[in-house]
Amino acid sequence: MKVKKMDENLKEEIAGLDRVGFDIKGETERSGSFLVADDKTTESESKEENLVVMPLSFAVEVYDWVNELRFSLVDREKDEYTKEVASRKELLGSFIYVKEGAKIEAPFQSCFFLHCQGFRQVLHNIIVLEPNSELNIITGCATGNLVSVSSHIAVTEMFVRKGAHLTYTMIHDWGSKAVVYPRAAIDVEHGGIFTSNYIALTQVKEIQSNPVAYLSDNASAKFNSIIYGRDGSFFDMGAMGILKGENASCEIVSRVASKNSKLILRAYIEGNGKNTRGHTECNGLLLDDRSSVTAIPELKANNIDTELSHEASIGKIAGEKLNYLMSRGLDEETARALLIRGFLEKGIEGLPESLKKKVDKLIEIAASSESL
Amino acid sequence: MSDSKDKDVLLEVKNLTVEVAGKRLLRGVDMIVKEGETHVVFGPNGSGKTTLVNVIMGLPDYKVVDGDILFRGDSILEWNLTERAKSGIGLAFQHPPVVEGVSLGVLLKTIIPDKKTSEEIAKNAHMEDYLEREVNVGFSGGERKKDELLQLLAQAPQLVMFDEPDSGVDVDSIKLMVDIMRKLLQKNTPIRERKNSGIIVTHSGVILEEIHADRGYVLVNGRLVCSGPPLDIFDQVKNHGFERCIKEAYESEKDG
Ligand SMILES: Nc1ncnc2c1ncn2[C@@H]1O[C@H](COP(=O)(O)OP(=O)(O)OP(=O)(O)O)[C@@H](O)[C@H]1O
Ligand SMILES: [Mg+2]
Repeated sequence: MKVKKMDENLKEEIAGLDRVGFDIKGETERSGSFLVADDKTTESESKEENLVVMPLSFAVEVYDWVNELRFSLVDREKDEYTKEVASRKELLGSFIYVKEGAKIEAPFQSCFFLHCQGFRQVLHNIIVLEPNSELNIITGCATGNLVSVSSHIAVTEMFVRKGAHLTYTMIHDWGSKAVVYPRAAIDVEHGGIFTSNYIALTQVKEIQSNPVAYLSDNASAKFNSIIYGRDGSFFDMGAMGILKGENASCEIVSRVASKNSKLILRAYIEGNGKNTRGHTECNGLLLDDRSSVTAIPELKANNIDTELSHEASIGKIAGEKLNYLMSRGLDEETARALLIRGFLEKGIEGLPESLKKKVDKLIEIAASSESL
Repeated sequence: MSDSKDKDVLLEVKNLTVEVAGKRLLRGVDMIVKEGETHVVFGPNGSGKTTLVNVIMGLPDYKVVDGDILFRGDSILEWNLTERAKSGIGLAFQHPPVVEGVSLGVLLKTIIPDKKTSEEIAKNAHMEDYLEREVNVGFSGGERKKDELLQLLAQAPQLVMFDEPDSGVDVDSIKLMVDIMRKLLQKNTPIRERKNSGIIVTHSGVILEEIHADRGYVLVNGRLVCSGPPLDIFDQVKNHGFERCIKEAYESEKDG
């Protein structure tokens, strides 16, 4: 009986995952779904012929080349978390594979959910886009009503083959009891495009992530982040672009607001190839004296024909704007919420059209729950 | 003026003396605005016109060192911006700030939650195409002025203050601006029923031709002098500059 009750509870919580972009009811158009709750893969589905979706544990059996991809981009010895993933006997995680030339229009949704108290979710995900294919992935991560600390540890390796185009959007809603250590690397081959959108507008106990993109000739990567750290959160987020090939480019753009939280934004771009370009940008908004935002841009040029730049600004809400809004009859709280929302929404400009509305709504909700 | 004899006083400024960073910007300003009246303030650059309306609005950073401001008989010196705005005081800023990321539509909706009304208001101000735009971001000088009036329409204050609503506005737009100002000041309502009052800060006579004002003043070095019929004052300023009023201010400085 007790087990049944748990399941009902889980079902309910999964129904609420719409907040991180996972639609279990099938109301939004999706090309497929993958859902892991703690260590159970409860969804693994593709609606497209040229899109293969299965648990990684199956994939290593079905395709003899998959196992070789494991830890080919992320070093298994990198840190205690990668080691932990490598040491797991049972594989947990997704395998997403788009065949050559297939342009999958509807977004693919995946979700990693922490449901049980004190659970340690350890995942390995592999994503492969064959030449000239396209896929748009929305990954939501969330927790149920945790009362004790749970962990999410994931190695994700993405292979964007020649001319392929991968958009990878992550929406996080972890809560105060989650510690999160994603380890991701992306190989972007000749002419490939990788776009990462990272949205986190709610609490997390601690998250540390620093994905790296290796870019071949004419390949490009863009990392957009919108983060609203609040109520004792700690974010250490970064992105790295290694411009290996000629004409490779990388852009790392973050927009972050911090309320009683500590945020570190790292950006590293290394220009090795000829005519490579890199740009990093960080805009931080500090909302109180208990918060901090640290922007750490690092640029390394190894080629005389590489062009790298960075911009960063960190400030507080401008009194002039606050007064302006209050003079129209808005109370201070409403005015602040509107300005925070406005600040974060500036980050939406870089997002794909399909996502703008959703993120706009999320920002509106996050900002309106603002209290002084 | 005779029509408003029996009207209630909406705003009373008494001996208002204001400093910023130890610098005296207003020196004993007295002003009584009754319901339905419109007053006009002229004055050279830097004489304290913006300071006056900002202090009435309640913008911080100004230190009221003497005097009082009464709104419907209550002293509002201790009221913050929101409280003043909610009680019916509104200001079209001379230099409104840009508000990045906040669209005009969202702001209007926050000022008046009824969406239909905010859209209608935007339409009336010929600004329906601006609803998606971020507030004042990239707006031309004239567009900003129009946007100020639009927001005031949403707010619908009883005391409407305009700080140079016409500067930088082209001839065609002036017509529209005047229409909105008339609406805000209930100029099309019979005087008897008119409740809204205005304070207009301006350097030109364009608005005066279209909007009847009851009283005019010249503000010189923080002193309100040369009070009288607005058109007379404007003519005098136009023909002789501020010289006579500066003299008057100088005299009153000697007396006071
Ligand atoms: N925060 C401040 N700190 C120092 N001086 C100030 C401050 N605000 C205003 N002033 C000064 O007070 C004086 C009056 O300014 P105010 O803006 O009221 O003038 P104004 O009559 O509106 O001028 P204009 O016609 O140019 O708009 C000016 O000399 C101005 O420089
Ligand atoms: Mg001024």
